Amino acid sequence: MSELLHVSSSPHIRSGMKTQTIMFMVLIALLPASVMGIYLFGIPALTVILISVGTSVLTEFLYESLMHKPVTISDGSAMVTGLLLALCLPASVPWWLVIIGDVFAILVVKQLFGGIGQNFMNPALAARCFLLISFSSRMTDFTISKWTSNKIVDSISSSTPVSSSTPVSSATPLGSITPGGEYDLLSMFLGKTNGTIGETSALLLLLGGIFLAVFKIIDYIIPLTYIGSFAILYLLSSGFDFSPTAAEVCSGGLILGAVFMATDYTTRPITKKGQFFYGLILGLMTWIFRKFGAAPEGVSYAIIVSNLLVPVIERLTLPSGFGLKKERSWKN
Amino acid sequence: MRLLSFKGGIHPEDGKELTKGEKIVRTAAGDKLYYSLSQHIGAPSVPIVSKGDHVLRGQMIARANGNVSAFVHASVSGTVEGIEKMRMPSGNMADCIVVDNDHEMREVQFQADKLEEMTRDEILKRIKNAGVVGMGGAGFPTHVKLSPPNPDKIDSILVNAAECEPYLTGDYQRMTEEPEKIMTGLLAVLKLFPGARGYLCIEDNKKDCITAMEPLCRDHNIEIKCLRTKYPQGAERVLISTVTGRKINSKMLPADALCIVDNVETMVAIGEAVINGKPLMDRTITVTGDAVKNPKNLSVPIGILHREAADAAGGFSKAPQKIISGGPMMGNALISLDVPVTKTSSGLLAFSEDVVSESEPSACMNCGRCVEDCPGRILPTRLADFADRGDKESFLKYHGMECCECGCCSYICPAKRHLTQSIRSMRKILLDEQKKGQVKVK
Repeated sequence: MSELLHVSSSPHIRSGMKTQTIMFMVLIALLPASVMGIYLFGIPALTVILISVGTSVLTEFLYESLMHKPVTISDGSAMVTGLLLALCLPASVPWWLVIIGDVFAILVVKQLFGGIGQNFMNPALAARCFLLISFSSRMTDFTISKWTSNKIVDSISSSTPVSSSTPVSSATPLGSITPGGEYDLLSMFLGKTNGTIGETSALLLLLGGIFLAVFKIIDYIIPLTYIGSFAILYLLSSGFDFSPTAAEVCSGGLILGAVFMATDYTTRPITKKGQFFYGLILGLMTWIFRKFGAAPEGVSYAIIVSNLLVPVIERLTLPSGFGLKKERSWKN
Repeated sequence: MRLLSFKGGIHPEDGKELTKGEKIVRTAAGDKLYYSLSQHIGAPSVPIVSKGDHVLRGQMIARANGNVSAFVHASVSGTVEGIEKMRMPSGNMADCIVVDNDHEMREVQFQADKLEEMTRDEILKRIKNAGVVGMGGAGFPTHVKLSPPNPDKIDSILVNAAECEPYLTGDYQRMTEEPEKIMTGLLAVLKLFPGARGYLCIEDNKKDCITAMEPLCRDHNIEIKCLRTKYPQGAERVLISTVTGRKINSKMLPADALCIVDNVETMVAIGEAVINGKPLMDRTITVTGDAVKNPKNLSVPIGILHREAADAAGGFSKAPQKIISGGPMMGNALISLDVPVTKTSSGLLAFSEDVVSESEPSACMNCGRCVEDCPGRILPTRLADFADRGDKESFLKYHGMECCECGCCSYICPAKRHLTQSIRSMRKILLDEQKKGQVKVK
């Protein structure tokens, strides 16, 4: 035994789970929704996804190289951010807009605050909101192409497909939900509707979420309390009108946001109790933004605003510590 | 049987199959034995032999120094060579009485007696004179533990047979091979606390032990509690809460929850001391790991070197990179094998690969796995941050002192951060300051 022994502080064994594993599991979970997006919106959707993922990774690589920091692109987090941003953009956006979004997400929101684990807002959503404010007309351009038109239903007047051979400007289903309306809920649940690349199919997003929950990558608390509290609030405020409520839940970015963005590790409270309240706050905010806001969508704003509340939520829900509570069940 | 469990905890690969079923083999001592004067918590013992003295196996060679301290006995017969500073498994240096083994193993006359005829004080005195300490790792003198300020109120005696540390199988073998010895010890403790009920707390991966122990419990006020296999089920505070539902914090003692907890090996030592009058001279130690040629459970004389224990298991089949005294979760990495086995050495692990130095820590992404798995219900990632930044105030505010250093957070961390290490360092700094009266710990 000529070599020296290794000495370190206990524990001397480690689990097999790595940051990388987690990020790639998230990518896998997003795959069905991405494929659905490409199926619905064709080559433009694929282009947006590829540009977005590529730009994110490249931005991270360039920044870290130039700053002489360890390059962390192999952990997969930049890919996740890139894909998430792509999924919440319409397929019609120009390439330069995608690049601006990704540079903003990775450089400004993530890296300038210290890289992975240090950002206080979800990078993908912050970038989306940034684009939404700066380029609002392009970000809300849901024009459908010929490719798309025979794949989606026009959810406004139930199940008639958009009957036009030329590209038409069509609203997302979320923009056209009105009290008392009837909706083709099945199509909305399956995702045969207009919208951003990745938000259309509630089913596939939920499947991704279940996959992540089964492998304990995310916890079910936030998606459940978020979607649940939003649905209850909407149901109450619409006078128990079930159809629009279900349509509201299935459309827009709610499920994408609740499953993949509100559960983002870095920007959600770390305590279970905190996550519960965080979910409730998200539901409330989304309801307020959607019900009273100018735009039909409110998920992105709700999440990034709630991100700002996370430190407070965490401080208020600190775990008590084992055996520190005063009450005792036995006589001493 | 209903499985009891607790919140948090992890399921590490247990590695027990290497030595499960390997009968405990007696190991002969080498030429020189090293009896540390600091094998327990509390003041170091005071030697009562001097150079050139001839000692017998079982003869007292150092006496307790103060209330929280323990006697030390020779485990072989031979000549005292003097006192030498040796490195201990913990990494500290300690004075050791060196005995030159004459390989004759001549013993002192042990005074056997009947439990029925003993008084409370007699039992305690026998345990004290035998130098019994908590052999699970803490090394708290057992006679002190068994003299709580509220003896009449104690209602539960827990035998900690969880053996939740991966790889270790010493307790398992004890229970399957010599269940009656554990029972003897437990009955002696129950005699001290007539109002208490005995509980054998066994994890459900040790069904054979339950089968072996069950018939012995029938005629006594003893119950077997089957616990779900999960680390750290055997941590004292976790165990008490799992079995009795009473949660104590780090400042409290088991007696505050009306419990006495002793592990299997300690119970055996208590039994031997009380009934046979034998002091603590040997202990079981599991020698295992992928670098060990023939992983085994050994019964070794206390004071032999770890090197001799490794040789008794056939030495190494591969070059070990890391050698650990104790279990992989809470044991100490050894600098060299020339470190004596003490009363608290439960295992010797040799791994050909060191997963810790192979994995580079990266940034925390706040995933919360450490929080979820922390049995102490605290926030390891935040505490490690405070510790790294030297923020003592926040560390205390976030209940950093409640950490039991079980290692779950470091084990589970996907970013491979050394959370336990950071927290442990800060705790040590604060405990030292507290001793000097600089910082008041809430």
